[in-house]
Amino acid sequence: MKVIDIKDLYKIYEDNEAEVHAVDGISLSFNEGEFAAIVGPSGSGKTTLLNILGGLDKPTSGEITIGNVKINELPPSKLIDFRLHNIGFVFQAYNLIPVLTAKENVEFIMDLQGRPKAEKEKRTRELLEQVGLGDRLNSRPNRLSGGQQQRVAVARALASRPKFVLADEPTANLDSKSTENLLDIMEKLNREENITFIFSTHDPRVVKKARRVITIEDGKVIKDEAIR
Amino acid sequence: MKTYKMAWRNLWRNKRRTLITVAAVVFAVFLSTFMSSMQEGTYSKMIENTVSFYSGYIQVHHPGYWASRSINDVYAPGPEFFKKIDETPNVTLSFPRLESFTLLSTGENTKAAALIGIDPVKENKVTRLSQWVEAGKYLEPGDDGLLVAKNIAKQMSLNVGDTMVLLSTGYHGSTSAALFPIKGILNFPSPQMNNIGVYADITKAGEFFSTGDMITSTVIMVDDYTKLNHTKQDIGKKLGNDYSVMTWDEMQPEIMQMIEQDRAGAVIMKAIIYIVIGFGILGTIIMMMSERRKELAIMVAVGMKRGKIIKTLFFETLYIGFLGIVLGFLLSTPIMLWLVQHPIPLPDSMAEVYEKFGFEAKLFFSLHYPVFMNQIWTVFAITIGVFLYPLVTVARFKLIQTLRS
Repeated sequence: MKVIDIKDLYKIYEDNEAEVHAVDGISLSFNEGEFAAIVGPSGSGKTTLLNILGGLDKPTSGEITIGNVKINELPPSKLIDFRLHNIGFVFQAYNLIPVLTAKENVEFIMDLQGRPKAEKEKRTRELLEQVGLGDRLNSRPNRLSGGQQQRVAVARALASRPKFVLADEPTANLDSKSTENLLDIMEKLNREENITFIFSTHDPRVVKKARRVITIEDGKVIKDEAIR
Repeated sequence: MKTYKMAWRNLWRNKRRTLITVAAVVFAVFLSTFMSSMQEGTYSKMIENTVSFYSGYIQVHHPGYWASRSINDVYAPGPEFFKKIDETPNVTLSFPRLESFTLLSTGENTKAAALIGIDPVKENKVTRLSQWVEAGKYLEPGDDGLLVAKNIAKQMSLNVGDTMVLLSTGYHGSTSAALFPIKGILNFPSPQMNNIGVYADITKAGEFFSTGDMITSTVIMVDDYTKLNHTKQDIGKKLGNDYSVMTWDEMQPEIMQMIEQDRAGAVIMKAIIYIVIGFGILGTIIMMMSERRKELAIMVAVGMKRGKIIKTLFFETLYIGFLGIVLGFLLSTPIMLWLVQHPIPLPDSMAEVYEKFGFEAKLFFSLHYPVFMNQIWTVFAITIGVFLYPLVTVARFKLIQTLRS
C-alpha cells in the first residue's frame, strides 16, 4: 500500500539572483513497511527532500500525497496537526527535550495528541523496552549516551503511531557500536510495527541495512534500487 | 506533561541565572515596598494630624453651606441625626460646630474673625484644643467665656478676664451683639490658626447667632481612613439629600495635592528601579530564548502548536515575577511589621518642628494593602511586557530556517 506519493517536486532557492534547484523534478513513492535510505553527496538535496516530505518546508511546485492528503496544500496550522498524527522525526542531533526524562520525552508526543494516561504509559514503556532502555525511564537526556539518546528519539518518533518515520542522518553522531545497535532496533521496529522508515544518510552502515536505496545528485534521483 | 510543570523545569535549566534574575526582582520589590510603606505611613500620619487639628475626616453641612459659609445655611441635627452617624460602621466620634464670621471689638480695636461654637468635651477629644491654652482656662460645657487665638488677642490687646464685644448678622438677618469675657488665650503652633478667631461653647454661640439648636457642621472621626469614601457614602445614604457630606480632602484639596505630588515623585523613582529590573528579566528571557530557538523549532516540527509553546514561555516569565514578589514580600513584611510597631525617631532638627505642631516626631510605616498590591501589579505588568519578546519571537520564527540554524 502506497504511503507517500511525490509527483514532479521542485524546490528552487534564489541565491544571489541565481536559482538553485535543491530538488529538481523528483517523482517517487514509498510503500508501507519500507526501510529506505536516501543517499547522495552533501548539497545533493537529501535534507531538503526530507524536510518537504515531513511538511517542514514548502515545495516550489509539485505534489506530495500522504495517505489521501495533499500536504503541499495544507495551511501551516493544519500541517502541524498532520505532522503530529502522521509523521515521526528522528534528527541528527537527537533533539530530545533536556528537561524531560526519557519516559516524558516519549510521552510528550502522545500528550500533544491528547492520548489517555494509561495508554501513554503502556506505549512508552513498551517502546523504551523495545529500544533497550526499559531501565532508563527516568533518566534525563544529559544522563544518557549519544546512542541511548538517539534510541529515545526513535521511541519518541514511533510513539504517535505515525504512517512513516523520517530520519535525517540519524547515525552521524554515533560510534560504530551505537550505530549498529540503533539500526538493529529500527529494523526490528520497522518489521514489528510495519512502519515505513526513510533515512537520509552518508553512512554506508545505514545503506547496508536499507532495503531500498535512492541516490540523489543535484536534486535529481539518479538511482533507485531495491537491495533485497 | 502539563505546561506549567514544564515551564517550571525550564526555569531551572540555568539555576544561577534564574536565581540572579529572581534576586533582582526581590531587591526591587523589597525596596519599593519599603518606600511605599514609609510614604503611606507618613501620609496616613499627616492626614491624621491634619484632620485631628481641625477639620475631622468627614463633615456634614447644609447643602449650601460650604459655598456660602452663611449662618443661614444651618440645620437642626436632633438626637436621631447623631445616632445615625454614630451607628455608621467606621465612625468613632461625631460632634457639632457652629461657625460664622463676626466683628470683634474692644475699646477702639475692631477685627473681623470667626466665632466657632464647640462642644468643649467632644472637641477636645479630637483636636486636643485644651493643650494650646497658653493663659487662662479651657472652656467648660455651658461656659459663657471665649477662647481667643493668640494673634487676635495680641492685636486687640486682650488678656484673660477682659471682655470683648461681638457683633454680627445672625440667623435670617437678625442682629447679634453680645459681651463675652475672655477665658483663655490659645497659642497654636500654626500662624494661620492663631488668626482664626474665637471659640465659644456651642449653646452660647447658638444664642448669639439666634440659631438655637441649629449648627453649621458636624465633624466626624473614623477608625480607618482608607474606607473614608465608603463611610461617606454610608452617611450620605442614611441622612438623605438634605445634607452635604464632605471628606477632609474635599474640604482641604491642597493637602491631597501635596500628597499626590509626593507620590508622583516616588513613582518616578520606583519606575526607574522597576525599569532596570524589567530589562534584567528581559535579558534573561532573551538568553533563554536564544539558547532554545532550535529546541522550540523541533517542538513545532514534531507537532507542538506555537500557542502551547507561547503558553509555556508565559509561565516561565510569570514564575520569575511570582518568585520575586513572594520572596520580596517574605523579606520585607517582617521588617515592615517591626517598623509599624517601632516607628523610626526623626533627627533632632526635624523632631523640633514636628513637636512644635504637637505631632509625633517619628517616621511612620504602613502595612495597608496598596503597599503590596502596587508591587504585585507592577511586577505583573513587567512580566507581561517582557513576555512580548518570546510571544513575538515564537509567533514569527520561520520553522525551516530555525531548524537549519
